[in-house]
Amino acid sequence: MTRSRSLRQTALCLGTAVCLGATLFGAPSAQAAGTLTVGMTAGDVPVTTGNPDQGFEGYRFVGYNLYDSLVLWDLSGAGEKAADIKPGLATEWHIDEADNKRWIFTLRQGVKWHDGCPFTADDVVWNMAYSSDEKAPQFNAAQFAQARAYLGTYAGIEKVDDHTVAFTTKVPDALFPYMMSYVLMISPCRAKEVNNDWTQYALRPSGTGPYKFDKTVPHQRLEFVPNTEYWDKARVPKQDRLVLIPMPEASTRTAALLTGQVDWIEAPSPDAIDRLKSSGMQIVTRVYPHNWSYQLNFVKGPFTDKRVRQAANYALNREDMKDLLNGLMLEQYTTLTPSTAYYGKPVLYKHDPGKAKALLKEAGCLPCKVTFAISTSGSGQMQPLPMNELVKSQLDAAGFEVTLQSMDWNALLQVGRGGVDASPEISAINISRAAQDPFNALIRHVWTGAWAPKGANWGHHGNPAMDKLIESILAEFDTAKRLVLLTQLHEMMSEEAVLIFVAHDLNPRAMSPKVKGFVQAQSWFQDLTPVTLSP
Amino acid sequence: MSFYILRRILYAIPIAFGVSVVCFSLVYIAPGDPLQTVMPPDATAETIEIVKKAYGFDKPLPMQFLIWLGRVLTGDFGMSISTRRPVFLEVSEALANTSLLALFAVPLAFFTGYVMGAIAGCFPGRWIDRVVTGAAVVGVSLPNYWLGIVLVIFFAVEYMLLPATGMGPNGSTGFHILEWSSAKFLVLPVITLSMIPVGILSRTTRAAVAEVHNQDFVQTLRAKGLSEWAVTRHVLKNSLPQVLAVMGLQFGYLLGGSILVETVFTWPGSGFLLSKAIINRDVPVLQGTILTLSLVFVAINLVVDLLQSVIDPRIRRA
Repeated sequence: MTRSRSLRQTALCLGTAVCLGATLFGAPSAQAAGTLTVGMTAGDVPVTTGNPDQGFEGYRFVGYNLYDSLVLWDLSGAGEKAADIKPGLATEWHIDEADNKRWIFTLRQGVKWHDGCPFTADDVVWNMAYSSDEKAPQFNAAQFAQARAYLGTYAGIEKVDDHTVAFTTKVPDALFPYMMSYVLMISPCRAKEVNNDWTQYALRPSGTGPYKFDKTVPHQRLEFVPNTEYWDKARVPKQDRLVLIPMPEASTRTAALLTGQVDWIEAPSPDAIDRLKSSGMQIVTRVYPHNWSYQLNFVKGPFTDKRVRQAANYALNREDMKDLLNGLMLEQYTTLTPSTAYYGKPVLYKHDPGKAKALLKEAGCLPCKVTFAISTSGSGQMQPLPMNELVKSQLDAAGFEVTLQSMDWNALLQVGRGGVDASPEISAINISRAAQDPFNALIRHVWTGAWAPKGANWGHHGNPAMDKLIESILAEFDTAKRLVLLTQLHEMMSEEAVLIFVAHDLNPRAMSPKVKGFVQAQSWFQDLTPVTLSP
Repeated sequence: MSFYILRRILYAIPIAFGVSVVCFSLVYIAPGDPLQTVMPPDATAETIEIVKKAYGFDKPLPMQFLIWLGRVLTGDFGMSISTRRPVFLEVSEALANTSLLALFAVPLAFFTGYVMGAIAGCFPGRWIDRVVTGAAVVGVSLPNYWLGIVLVIFFAVEYMLLPATGMGPNGSTGFHILEWSSAKFLVLPVITLSMIPVGILSRTTRAAVAEVHNQDFVQTLRAKGLSEWAVTRHVLKNSLPQVLAVMGLQFGYLLGGSILVETVFTWPGSGFLLSKAIINRDVPVLQGTILTLSLVFVAINLVVDLLQSVIDPRIRRA
């Protein structure tokens, strides 16, 4: 009896398992033809109320698709040179000859918002108040926070006529048009309709971009359809629909691509590349302005000595790092990638551990104890733990004694924002940085005007010659002459070894063989409009 | 009985208040900035101050707590910093999604775990006991995120039987449980989520059943000539309070959602919401989610206590 009861119970358990197993049969989800589905690394659907969150990935997939800025990025090239700015909602801009703190922007005519209202100079004035005037009824604190990093020199705006606006800056700022590329314009008409309720606006956003909002399921996906009346006819999307899905976990993105749930994934992990390739997926990589390096403490500790900074750079074997990442990086020997217009002829710190040791000996810092603040993960941080371990082993082999102080991404950002005065015991911080424009690529790392917490010069690097050069750059409105000055600054920064240069990210993305027509630009942003999907 | 229920409910009030104090304070102990999601890494000190003021983070902590508590008591959990949606909406939607997983994971885990444990407990030391105990150890020891990935590789990537991730096919605006196109998204997360409770419950049940089997009254029942089936019924009933307490905890675990399982399957439940709120330091969402989940735990424990007292009236008198 006992045995028969045992068998009955066992049979019941097996039956349950069989029932569950029976539910496992089914076909993978089918996709509508022409729908491009993207698995993003973002942890959530980026906000749709103007400048998006989720870093530049938010700009890439939501910001520049739904909205336009006065100045856009030229992503149409074959990717042989770093992307530069081009006219967007403004067709032309120039500095006022009578006042080098007044920029005049001529606006594009005939542009309509997705809600049908015409785009005018009043809309630009309204948008600037939206993201910068605390007293304006449409002021949005979150947008203020997002835009402020790019509007440090912005002083005010005035409407000149229906198709012209004039911006004033606090100081002469020749790079101001670059900053305007990050300020996206939203529809005041729609804002009025929803009575400046940004929660409602997020559900019915209206811009002038190549895609129109269709629907969203909070935290799950965002769906756009082509804006067939887009002002740039060459950029009217060729797909029927664009679906954006946040998938923060790399293995989840890989599985989603392999099962056909998505057509395109951002940042597959290096160890998944071979598996993806063997399944016929396309792996697209191209160097772009994203640096994985260390900002240094110029106030206290060994890195105040230029020889120690140079030693750290000579100690690194970047080819080993490339092997670690399965080839998904370009060796970084200086701040900029060689394809940048103001690269010049910088000093390149190729691997030379002997020279590194000699420099440390000369500097009287052997063993040279340093502490690096690093994160365990984070936006754009690539593979922070194994990469930092490799850097530590290479530096230790050359005479350093590196202590890695690991913390979560948010805590590291707080260390970065606080500046060296708040964390004097830290010798270097490892926050990967975008180097998209001259200010973010070069100036912010070395200018005394950008000392943290006011700016991003974490280690308080200060050099009167560099400051003078930077002031000349900001006051030089002739593009060709400014390029010469920027090149000088880049060469000077390399000679001074102002960072420990490690890797330029290659921006890997994987896509199904059905995806056609995509050309990866050397930029954080990409043009999805030419992409088509074969059945 | 009604006095007992009232007393247990009164006990729950200070616990809920304590939970609210702890969950409010806890998120401020962790390093990081609550406004990180809305500010770029290069935000200046001046920008941070202006935005803090706009979000009310410039006030002293005790005042922030009182304002928050006052709002919570009226059902207003505030607004999410990163999405600007009401936290109540965020938490209730996430809880509903997790409940959907729990709806299937709870019976699967409880039934399988209890049956396995009862079988093993009835035959201690026999081969079936060893097999079940071994399976339970495997169930408890397997990291569920690993199991989730393995299941995805097997059922989604290699054999393409089930979707790897998400909650419903593209284009759908809701989850339709009666349609296979939606329901199939449940299968892998439910199996993954229930594996640990199966292990824990089968071990607990086995221990409880075996312990009761060794008690004197069982010998008495047998001596009275009761059939083995009748004796087993008595044994199972007497082992229930202990099993029920563990079931309560596991029910809370399943209803609370698993951060790892929901992240692996991109299932937009409370665990996934919590993980995003932690990463983004979305303090209002963090506080709202922790408080809600804690209250769910308090409520479940209350229900379990009441159920135990129904099954075993001696507990009421304790």
